[in-house]
Amino acid sequence: MQTIDLTLQIWRQKNSDAPGDFETYTLNDISTDMSFLEMLDFLNENLTLQGQEPVAFDHDCREGICGMCGAMVNGIAHGPEPETTLCQLHMRHFSSGDTLVIEPFRSRAFPVKRDLVIDRSALDRIIQAGGYISVNTGGAPDANTIAIPSRTAELAMDAAACIGCGACVASCPNGAAMLFTGAKISQLSLLPQGQPERKERAMAMVMAMDKEGFGNCSNERECEAVCPKAISIRHIARMNREYLRASFSEE
Amino acid sequence: MKLHSHIPPGPLAQKWDHHRLTSGLISPANRRKFRIIVVGTGLAGTSAAATLAEQGYQVSAFCIQDSPRRAHSISAQGGINAAKNYPNDGDSVLRLFQDTIKGGDFRAREANVYRLAQISNGIIDQCVAQGVPFAREYGGTLANRSFGGSQVSRTFYARGQTGQQLLLGAYGALSRQIKAGRVTMLPRREMLELVVIDGCARGIVTRNLINGDLENHPADAVILATGGYGNAYFLSTNASSNATAILRAWKAGAGFANPCFVQIHPTCIPAQGTYQSKLTLMSESLRNDGRVWIPKIVGDRRDPTAIPENERDYYLEEKYPRFGNLVPRDVASRNAKEQCDAGRGVGETGHAVYLDFSSAIERDGAAVILKKYSNLFQMYQRITTSDPLQRPMLIAPAVHYTMGGLWVDYNLMTTIPGLFAIGECNFSDHGANRLGASALMQGLADGYFIIGTSIAHYLSANPPGYVTPQHVEFLEAQKNAYDRTQRLLRNNSRITGKKTTVTTMHRELGSLLWHHCGMSRNRAGLEQALTRIPELREAFWDQVCVPGIGHELNQSLERAGRVADFIDCAEIMLHDALAREESCGCHLREESQTEEHEARRDDAHYAHVSVWEYKGEDKPPMMHKEPLLFKDVNLSQRSYT
Ligand SMILES: Cc1cc2nc3c(=O)[nH]c(=O)nc-3n(C[C@H](O)[C@H](O)[C@H](O)COP(=O)(O)OP(=O)(O)OC[C@H]3O[C@@H](n4cnc5c(N)ncnc54)[C@H](O)[C@@H]3O)c2cc1C
Ligand code: SF4
Ligand code: FES
Repeated sequence: MQTIDLTLQIWRQKNSDAPGDFETYTLNDISTDMSFLEMLDFLNENLTLQGQEPVAFDHDCREGICGMCGAMVNGIAHGPEPETTLCQLHMRHFSSGDTLVIEPFRSRAFPVKRDLVIDRSALDRIIQAGGYISVNTGGAPDANTIAIPSRTAELAMDAAACIGCGACVASCPNGAAMLFTGAKISQLSLLPQGQPERKERAMAMVMAMDKEGFGNCSNERECEAVCPKAISIRHIARMNREYLRASFSEE
Repeated sequence: MKLHSHIPPGPLAQKWDHHRLTSGLISPANRRKFRIIVVGTGLAGTSAAATLAEQGYQVSAFCIQDSPRRAHSISAQGGINAAKNYPNDGDSVLRLFQDTIKGGDFRAREANVYRLAQISNGIIDQCVAQGVPFAREYGGTLANRSFGGSQVSRTFYARGQTGQQLLLGAYGALSRQIKAGRVTMLPRREMLELVVIDGCARGIVTRNLINGDLENHPADAVILATGGYGNAYFLSTNASSNATAILRAWKAGAGFANPCFVQIHPTCIPAQGTYQSKLTLMSESLRNDGRVWIPKIVGDRRDPTAIPENERDYYLEEKYPRFGNLVPRDVASRNAKEQCDAGRGVGETGHAVYLDFSSAIERDGAAVILKKYSNLFQMYQRITTSDPLQRPMLIAPAVHYTMGGLWVDYNLMTTIPGLFAIGECNFSDHGANRLGASALMQGLADGYFIIGTSIAHYLSANPPGYVTPQHVEFLEAQKNAYDRTQRLLRNNSRITGKKTTVTTMHRELGSLLWHHCGMSRNRAGLEQALTRIPELREAFWDQVCVPGIGHELNQSLERAGRVADFIDCAEIMLHDALAREESCGCHLREESQTEEHEARRDDAHYAHVSVWEYKGEDKPPMMHKEPLLFKDVNLSQRSYT
């Protein structure tokens, strides 16, 4: 088993109201087969046995699909590997002696709750504004009633792959949630089922985004670069078209 | 404890219709007077909360994560079954029913499983209407693939992310109801107590995971949708599943059915070190093209590519010529274990076997194989750094799914009136073994299509607004939750004495279960494990160190509470495993096997559901039996040789 030694500078903050600061930890004998979260587990085990409080961080699936994990590692959301969530990042991508600066995703819309744990409920509220097709349970027609070209389904699936992690927001200099919102609007506007509410949806979701305090897009493309699911900024373009269409037809 | 399954009368195919016709109703105008609690927002909970709100009830929904969309259901990969028969290959409701009941080794209720098969098609319709981007054929119709345990293609899928897409569809429906004000969504809440007043479930006590507040939530009915308890084994393919809600319900009087029925999946990436926190599943579909083997020479440490063909033991193909590498999950897992136990395993720990694609690559070319499995190959390579195109995968069995769960009647109601259980946390449909792609089907059947009928029926006889949060039973429940939390925290301030961490205790428990209550079990092992539990429990409460305080975000405290419940859960699992002296479904009981060392089911003595009743802290649980009657299928022994 290969191991490395690291210096970790981790953001520690007791709660939303308390001030936070970096603390430095030296962690030795980190197996290079560990995932980043397992490395944090390892640190926390040590801290616990030393009678110190472990670092709080969010995680659930540890498979890159639930969108719960995430932190900035040396300034990059989810760390240096492309298309990789923090839970799927392995320690073999770091070298002995490295210093890692680990801090929470930062954005006006994502208050820090403790250490690396943030509140991303603003993303849920964007979806609540209209990120769905309004259909009650029961009474749906046979699933094969509407044929959907395989390519359309694949495009919709590309957009639907978003895991709602918020890395795009944290990486955007403007703190915009355009990639996240664009992905959902795109998915639903591509599909025939999404047509009836197409305009209302675009208007409502964009308005919700503004209301939550997310910034505007100035084409920095940072979001696309860090997105662990390779969501393309083409979806932002589609969202903008949808929004324009909707606002023209409203007048 | 009385077990009335409330299976409707009449022929199998008409039971569900008959039941809906005779169940009580609540008029639309009156529904808003009732509040219903849904604990858990996986596929089962989310679909239930959205559907009940659409019908007009007031719903409060709870989950541990920061958003309902993050439940463990999100990580399901393979697909969801339905009897659509779109490929025209002979599928039908009856066939899906038969496959599922047979796959479960005849340990599930006929009426429930038949209803599941009937409802399956409506689920696909519903999800498509929501905009779930299922895979399609070039002509635009829905695509299907095959899964183990059936000879037809009936599995619908959305790439390798079916669970994610189904959950996001349901989450959309839930979001719509939150927006409409009919669902109050309470994320980052953990249910710590169930409140039972005058014999009926009347609410829950939760801990707010952000600030540690204990909160009382009264309701007219409580639905648990809290998933399975596979993480009792510490290492499993599950995300952070837990047994807390099930345990709380059990101690409040709900029956726990077939706790020992656990599925162990044969193809997972093996554990790499003691720090490992979870195991990653490699889809069952790989066994279509991969060949399982181990070196013939025990202790052969050569690189697998250097071992010549005639020195490889393709033990599945040898032993099961008819099914070869595609034997069911339990058979594949058990055989891998036997080989490794005999010292013939490979990999760093000797607990793995090879899954080799070289024959398939030679036959079809690397491009064809990659087209089918590229995402899995990538995931494997990301984790292990080894390329499956160049050298065989190392795979090992891992805990995957719990078929056992809270006992429910045909209405999905537990033995506590007003307490319902849906999804993986109930025991209802999979018997002793779950077929691939049927958990998603069951969760959504329960949530979208069954629970509405059950809730209306129950509430039609129970007037709304029975209790307030100040009711004495609520205060008492909150005090219990508080005391428990304080007890978990007390060791930290102790200066002397032995100290250990929650993770260490959890790992120890997991290893105990894995070795004695895993794929193969015997009386001596189970009895020994049962004597270990009280020792573990004592060590846990005496030594475990939980930093921090109760009134703040404290993940160590959360984990400690869950592990304490896993210890209690493990004890019931062991009792159940000991009492079931037959091999069936996923487990081999070593005392019950054929001369060829295959599992022997014992219908004469064990064609029943084992339901365990809590009898008090220091008393052993008591078992009740619900006999299983089979009228529409023939009980046959499974044989794959
Ligand atoms: C890797 C993997 C792949 C799988 N692939 C497939 C597949 O292809 N096809 C298939 O059919 N099945 C598959 N399964 C099985 C299937 O995913 C699960 O059985 C199913 O999703 C369970 O859904 P659920 O709604 O019952 O619970 P879950 O999705 O587990 O949700 C549980 C919910 O309960 C909440 N909760 C738990 N305890 C508490 C508490 N005390 N207080 C408050 N909230 C609580 C959680 O926060 C969560 O919201 C797979 C499983 C795994 C592990
Ligand atoms: S668009 Fe990408 S980065 Fe943004 S939330 Fe979705 S998955 Fe995360
Ligand atoms: S923990 Fe689920 S995406 Fe990382």
